[in-house]
Amino acid sequence: MISFNLLVLVSLGYVVFLFLVAFYAERRAARGQSGWLRSSSIYTLSLSIYCTAWTFYGAVGYAARSGLEFLTIYLGPTLVMIGWWWLLRKLVRIGRSQRLTSIADLISSRFGKSTVLGGMVTVLAIVGTTPYIALQLQSVTQSIGVFAAGSGEVWEASDFNGAAMWVAIGLAVFTVLFGTRNLDANERHHGIVLAIAVESVVKLVALLAVGVFVVWGIAGGIGPTLALIDASPQATWAPQPSRWVGLIFVSGAAFLCLPRMFQVLVVENSDERHLSTAGWAFPAYLLLMSLFVVPIAVVGLDIMPEGANPDLFVVTLPLMQGREGLAILAFLGGFSSATSMVIVATLALATMVSNHIVVPSWLNSRTPGAMVSGDVRDVVVVSRRVSIAVIMALGYIYFRLSGGGTALAAIGLVSFAGVIQVLPAMVGGVVWRGANRWGAGAGLSVGFLVWGWTQFLPSFGVDAALSRAVFDVGPFGIGWLRPLALFGIEGMDPLVHAVFWSMFLNTGAFVVVSILTFPNPLERLQGAQFVNVFDYSSGARTWSQSAAQAEDLLVMAQRILGGAEAQGLFQAEAQAQGKAGFLPDVTPEFIGKLERELSGSVGAATAHAMIGQLTEGQMVSVDDLIAVADETAQIMEYSNRLEAKSAEQERTARALQEANDKLTAVSIQKDAFLSQISHELRTPMTSIRSFSDILRDGEVEDDARKRFAGIIHDETNRLTRLLDDLLDLGVLESGQVQLNMGSGTLEDILDRAVMASGVDQDALTISRRRPNEAVEVYTDTERLAQVFINLISNAAKYAVAETPTLKIIVRQLGGRRVVDFVDNGPGIPAESQSMIFEKFSRLEDEGKAGGAGLGLAICRQIMGTLGGDVTYVPAQGGAAFRVTLPEAQSLAAQ
Amino acid sequence: MGRRVLLIEDEPNIIEAISYLLSRDGWTVHTHSDGETAMDKVRQGVPELIILDVMLPGRSGYDILRDLRADPDTAEVPVMMLTARGQARDREMATSLGATRFMTKPFSNAEVLESVRALATSPS
Amino acid sequence: MTRPDADQTTPEVIVRPGKRVEFLDRASYRQRRMRDAARILPVFAAIMMVLPLMWPRGSEGQSLTSNGMLYLFGLWFVLVVLAFAVSRVLRTGAAEDGTGQVRE
Repeated sequence: MISFNLLVLVSLGYVVFLFLVAFYAERRAARGQSGWLRSSSIYTLSLSIYCTAWTFYGAVGYAARSGLEFLTIYLGPTLVMIGWWWLLRKLVRIGRSQRLTSIADLISSRFGKSTVLGGMVTVLAIVGTTPYIALQLQSVTQSIGVFAAGSGEVWEASDFNGAAMWVAIGLAVFTVLFGTRNLDANERHHGIVLAIAVESVVKLVALLAVGVFVVWGIAGGIGPTLALIDASPQATWAPQPSRWVGLIFVSGAAFLCLPRMFQVLVVENSDERHLSTAGWAFPAYLLLMSLFVVPIAVVGLDIMPEGANPDLFVVTLPLMQGREGLAILAFLGGFSSATSMVIVATLALATMVSNHIVVPSWLNSRTPGAMVSGDVRDVVVVSRRVSIAVIMALGYIYFRLSGGGTALAAIGLVSFAGVIQVLPAMVGGVVWRGANRWGAGAGLSVGFLVWGWTQFLPSFGVDAALSRAVFDVGPFGIGWLRPLALFGIEGMDPLVHAVFWSMFLNTGAFVVVSILTFPNPLERLQGAQFVNVFDYSSGARTWSQSAAQAEDLLVMAQRILGGAEAQGLFQAEAQAQGKAGFLPDVTPEFIGKLERELSGSVGAATAHAMIGQLTEGQMVSVDDLIAVADETAQIMEYSNRLEAKSAEQERTARALQEANDKLTAVSIQKDAFLSQISHELRTPMTSIRSFSDILRDGEVEDDARKRFAGIIHDETNRLTRLLDDLLDLGVLESGQVQLNMGSGTLEDILDRAVMASGVDQDALTISRRRPNEAVEVYTDTERLAQVFINLISNAAKYAVAETPTLKIIVRQLGGRRVVDFVDNGPGIPAESQSMIFEKFSRLEDEGKAGGAGLGLAICRQIMGTLGGDVTYVPAQGGAAFRVTLPEAQSLAAQ
Repeated sequence: MGRRVLLIEDEPNIIEAISYLLSRDGWTVHTHSDGETAMDKVRQGVPELIILDVMLPGRSGYDILRDLRADPDTAEVPVMMLTARGQARDREMATSLGATRFMTKPFSNAEVLESVRALATSPS
Repeated sequence: MTRPDADQTTPEVIVRPGKRVEFLDRASYRQRRMRDAARILPVFAAIMMVLPLMWPRGSEGQSLTSNGMLYLFGLWFVLVVLAFAVSRVLRTGAAEDGTGQVRE
């Protein structure tokens, strides 16, 4: 008999091997050589975490007990995979365009970024998955126990528990190490994915090897095996229609809803086209995994002693036949199945727990405005690590409490039926725009309750969680609430009963409540984006937004400028940025340059519009908002016609009215903005056109000609400045600005700003107190300087005092560092103070101001982006602007 | 002393351009750049033609036009409106208030001259 | 990152969004039909999977596990082959379709 120590040695060696594989993959990916790590075969293999120890050991046990019914568990996913064009393609596209991190994220994000729904799905997933993790621990320890018994050691319960604990700790370490390496949840976990791909090969090879050995080594070929099947206790196959269909449905649905499957199917997907490969390759994998299950089961039943556990035939058969090498391979196969499932499931759950429970409550517990981006990242990483440990501990505790008695398949099915309660909300959310969060919440709660009552609690057995009386006459004697005969309908198979009622009531609640309630505007936007995802996103758009944009810009530029010239332009810019190839980063400067190039061919307005289309925010456009506003108005009208009188309806109508007003205001603002732009552009163009007409006609004296040319020159500059400002503002408002963080002292930044503002020292005296300015700040110093320049030139423009002075005062105010710019000019009248930061607001004598009135709007946008603020401080003797620096910078300064 | 035109406009460069253009054509151009006091200026001496910008500091060109049409002394003076916004509803607004002509910036010099000559010779 | 379909979107053709093209060339027509096939396949598969429920089960010999196994694995194999064939033709998503809009 095999030495138990050898087994331990082999498993340890295997674990070390897996660590090395994962480590290697991470190294490769870190060096940017992730090519084949993202191939479609790796993707397909990673899907095989669907096949857990439940498949590897449990399927044989299932077949030994119930014949061919076990196949339903693999036929369901086969259907889903070959039907990828229907649903999976859409899920993957949505997952990528919305940067989803988990199935809870999908539900939460679809239904208006609802924290509550995300939390509900997370809790549901934990309740559904914990028993499953326990099951994996159990199967590993049981198989170790087989070897221990074989080598003459007697294993006590404590030995099993000890082994399970060590396995759990090992898996937690692995998951923390490779699952939380990247701070960005959207980053793919190359190490883990490659490790589970390797494991999936090991388990397939192991199961096939045992199968081949059983069919040709023991039974003596295909013919005799079939004869053996016909002679076995499972010779006849009389499927129960409801169970057959029900189980195919459950497994197919679970394939989509299991958190770990969503992780590998959607989150880890690096290329949509891998789906088409997995669409046939994964069914083939499942076919091979199932091929030898029945033969192993019947041969085991035939030659193993009475009472042997069929769940362990895969290991015990070769062991009994003296094939120790094969037995160890089989053990490694089972070990692989269990570990890969636990790793991915824990990772997926931990992401959900941290994103939907820990971080939201952490943010709630803090005062608003007091958060800094760096902090959040730390909290996310720590909470994800702690979650991994906690979930693993939960699995272990469940394993200890359940005592490892139940047949493996039973836990698996209970778990499946629990997680598929997400299905109606998920499918409804991506195909039906009318689905809303009240409906999703109602469906989830009802489904979860019914599942808990009809399946989860009864699964512990009679008189365990529920007393016999409850089973027989219902809770408090209410007969129609009996857990196995809801509404008094008896005689259904318990599993079909639970699945049918939970899904039926879940879907019913989801649909009815969605129809009766109103979504909020954000939900409606998200709904449109999910349901119509193929209209919003282009096909093979990559993750990197800016790269995709650069490419779109290049495509457009080629159409206008011609291939060679456009490519030359892009390449030169890329080189200037220190990058190889044709795609530079899309910086504001570059967009400005490109627009100028294009306007040479198609005119400035067209160029601006074309570029605006491509560089505008990726998701919600003003058009979207207006579309929603229109729909809102229609619904309002409709509900008015119904003469809705109840308070609830009135409240809803009012909420809609408010939303509508807001949206209308957005579109009015947009109109006003366009009309302003039009005015600002046409005014200088009028002078330019008029004077160039005059010059062209000739007959102008020399003096006048010079003056007119000067005016044209100035007005052209004014136009260019306006365009630059507009572009700058557009980039800032879209939030796509790239901050160039660095540190410097306020003194340096102010020095630079004073220089760059070009203010004549005689025209404006600037008084500063340098000792106070020796403050180190960490921010985008260029942008901060831009704000200062704007404020200084503003002071210069409006300086009308005898001796114009500008005081720049740096001080500490309420824990924040502020910089005040106070001049001795006329100041800003009270009625204008609220307006000055708006676009195109400008004081009366515009001739003097020279700009288009965008400067302060830009300042406010910049400070907002940097995390600070700029405000007008009234009653300071002149105009006074206060720049409040972002808090992090202030802290760093101390 | 030629025929009198009053130009009410606040952009100095546009004032210069139109003044140059019209004086070369034999007109005497008076200019005014504030909306609030524009009516006083008109009453000091009613011109043969008024060129009126819509967006003025103090008071909008539409308000001034309304006053001009309400005052019997100036109700018949031809008024040419200038605007940089050029949307259909601006034109409708101007016409409904009684503008004689409506011109969108940027305009060509020939257009301005042609309009001014046409308005001044039309019976008023 | 280059877009894999870059060579298929010819820069000379500017696609006008919102306009559906009524008649397609052969290659695009083929693509469309393959998409139909991809949609039909799971429906066909589902019907075939529940077919055994309708088998006559009068006598012992009519409901043998071994026969059921041969049928199900045979069906499974055929499905894999069909899915493989469809995926060969249908390598990429909808966006490569430069001939008109695909609305799902």
